[in-house]
Amino acid sequence: MTVQTISEVKTEIIAKYPQIELSEAGHFFVPVSQLADIMLDLKVSFGFDFLTNLTAVDHVEHFNVVYNLSKTTGPEMLHIITKVDRNEPKVPSMVPIWGGAVWQERETYDLVGIIFTGHPNLKRILLDDNWEDHPLRRDFQWEGGRD
Amino acid sequence: MENIFVNAAGGIRNLLESAGLPGLAVDLIVLTVIFVAILVFVLLNVLWLVYMERKVSAFIQCRIGPNRVGPMGLFQTIADTVKLISKEIIIPKNTNKKLFLLAPVMIFMPPMAVFAVTPFGKGMVALDLNIGVYYFVALASLSTVIIWTAGWTSNNKYSLLGSMRVVAQMVSYEVPLLLSIVGVVLLTGTLNLTGIITSQQSVWFIFLQPLAFLIYLIAAVAETNRTPFDLVEGESEIITGPFTEYSGMGFAFFFLAEYANVLLVSMLASILFLGGWLAPFGLTFIPSWIWLLLKVYLMIFILMWLRWTYPRIRIDQMMAFCWKVLVPLAIVNIFVTGIGKYLYESVRW
Amino acid sequence: MKTQEMLLNVGPQHPSTHGVFRVVLTLDGETVVNATSVPGYLHRGIEKLVESRTYPQVLPYTDRLDYLAGILMNWGYVHAMEQLMEIEVPERAEYIRVIVGELQRIASHLVATGAYAGDVGGLTGFIYCFRDREDIMDMIEMVSGARLTPSYMRIGGVAGDLPDGFLEKCQKFIDYLPTAIEEYNGLITGNEIFQHRTKKVAPITAEKAINMSLSGPILRASGVNYDLRKARPYSIYDRFEFDVPLGSNGDCFDRFYLRILEMTQSARIIRQALAKLPEGPINAKVPKIIKPPAGEVYAETESSKGIMGVYVVSDGSTKPYRVHFRRPSFVNMGHFDELIRGWKIADVIAILGSFDIVLGEVDC
Repeated sequence: MTVQTISEVKTEIIAKYPQIELSEAGHFFVPVSQLADIMLDLKVSFGFDFLTNLTAVDHVEHFNVVYNLSKTTGPEMLHIITKVDRNEPKVPSMVPIWGGAVWQERETYDLVGIIFTGHPNLKRILLDDNWEDHPLRRDFQWEGGRD
Repeated sequence: MENIFVNAAGGIRNLLESAGLPGLAVDLIVLTVIFVAILVFVLLNVLWLVYMERKVSAFIQCRIGPNRVGPMGLFQTIADTVKLISKEIIIPKNTNKKLFLLAPVMIFMPPMAVFAVTPFGKGMVALDLNIGVYYFVALASLSTVIIWTAGWTSNNKYSLLGSMRVVAQMVSYEVPLLLSIVGVVLLTGTLNLTGIITSQQSVWFIFLQPLAFLIYLIAAVAETNRTPFDLVEGESEIITGPFTEYSGMGFAFFFLAEYANVLLVSMLASILFLGGWLAPFGLTFIPSWIWLLLKVYLMIFILMWLRWTYPRIRIDQMMAFCWKVLVPLAIVNIFVTGIGKYLYESVRW
Repeated sequence: MKTQEMLLNVGPQHPSTHGVFRVVLTLDGETVVNATSVPGYLHRGIEKLVESRTYPQVLPYTDRLDYLAGILMNWGYVHAMEQLMEIEVPERAEYIRVIVGELQRIASHLVATGAYAGDVGGLTGFIYCFRDREDIMDMIEMVSGARLTPSYMRIGGVAGDLPDGFLEKCQKFIDYLPTAIEEYNGLITGNEIFQHRTKKVAPITAEKAINMSLSGPILRASGVNYDLRKARPYSIYDRFEFDVPLGSNGDCFDRFYLRILEMTQSARIIRQALAKLPEGPINAKVPKIIKPPAGEVYAETESSKGIMGVYVVSDGSTKPYRVHFRRPSFVNMGHFDELIRGWKIADVIAILGSFDIVLGEVDC
């Protein structure tokens, strides 16, 4: 295997998938519609076999779902962001590709309210099952005082 | 010193007879006195053992252990018992209340009953039963039922799991325990405990039956539910198994009964394999009952040492070990003993 | 024979769930047929709480994630912040971080080792490990004033310089550690019953471990050489000589023993860092009011439990817009339900112990 720098890898990925936007900071912006295909290809063809982090951020007008991929064989890490419509926060689940997403997606669903379609068991994980609303959304308001 | 207890019993008997009581009444009174003495002896030992266990474990774990109540913490067990007495006895809902409360009372019965036939020194035996070994084995297995009752009536899943383990474990380990004793019985030709001791005059059976001793030791640890065979309590897995729901004195009884059992199996080990109250190296100036106590406490220390060094074995491994290793070995031991005895008797050198 | 399955609720109050973890087991006799983990009993909403704190105020919250390795948690956060603000940390501060961080790693592994011995039934091992951990706790108290929640790191450096007597104490501990490890190996690792209980129990293959995003000793026990200190050296880890111990079977024994091996390597790192410790400032020039530029960063460090990732989104104000912690224990536990199926109850405890979770981290 030839040694590539992370920027070379990134250029290669962009060349293969022109629909990916590369931000100034080096983050990938991937459209939701192609997320599953691109992610699978990143794993299969580019060797990003390790899904380290998965989370989401509420940017009021939209959600960002953030994925961090890395390789167990090298130092490269990708920072992938998907913008999701706030009214219909649906993202394909990564569990079929990386089993490690299973709890992280549940957590993200629980706290931010992103719905991961195809997740085997998308239930609340940290909060109570009867809890309503998702506390890490910006419009979340806790009513009821300290206890 | 040697005959202090025998003479005391004889003194009481003489006193009563000279008072003109009928023979039956004299026997009855003397026996009662002896049994009460045994009861006190066992209970004092149990209290001491709880303290000793804490000190031994502290020693092994680089700690000090109890040191606040009384000199060197000697009264710690008493303080604990008083605390436990003052605690509320919580009875879980939807249980058979009678059985739930009866189990901790009954748990002391089997070891106490066995102590009636064990010799504590030369001539110091309350009932010199001619089937003593058989009696011990029969009564020891009764504990299974009692602990199982405790677990079943607790109406708790952890207790249930624990009591299932009790049945599996104790019933299995009865078999190698019994078979290991058979070797000794083959050599002596008697089931009488005093008889077994006196036939070790020339050589202790631990030297003639080392394998049987080892099997007995392992099975005894399993019988008393101590580490590495403490699956019944298995604190890190099933809380405290059958005793989970017990509080206050109910719990204390189970806790203390464990030590009564430890005392019992150690005593039997000393009697069967270590020459009982026989003095080694002709050191007969030390009374026989002190010798027995020394041997018993050596055994107890070994049991405690094991407990605080070993981790816990898993249930399937434990059962496999019993049926695939201990039982075949014990049977081989009986075989070899039988052949050896036959050869010895036919050659007669 | 017709048997009935039983539902057994283990936790949140149970002697060996390492806190308030709860798992609902479906049992067939003693064998686990199905398992459902129910975390969340220690959820404090740290990610939400820190949204209304300033950047330096976030630091004490990180202590409460993995409270057995507070310094390593601090490090994860300050590392991310330093990347976001592009701060150059002074040499001495980096060395101090490595020394204290590796000490904390040893402490965390000591708890894991001791608690594991307790989990399989040998309480003596627990006491031995905690006896030695106490020395490290003393040292951490010396530098930070707290035993469990040090909050020792600062954005751009550390809170204070090493106090007098620290270096000698540290050196003494490092010299003593091999003796202690010998003791653990004699008491715990070498024990026949212990090996029976842990070897070949719940093995994880390398592929499965990578796929399930396991990290830390659990991943390396399966033979995957992935330690961020080597794979993507942060701080000054590229200056030290150390090995990454690897397991071969990925079973409970490997996961347990790997931690003991890692302690030796950590001691090696500390020894080198003590020898090379330079003089100089311990804090970078950081503005009084921390206002990072708008943007986001995700940075990872290797904590004692695995990869600690911190994701910070800044909107240019004094408060973070969003902070997400990628807690290694939490991600590792994702594989637990699947792993314990088919094993006995006693194994469930052994497997959970070999994962070495800290509930503060799992529940965040």
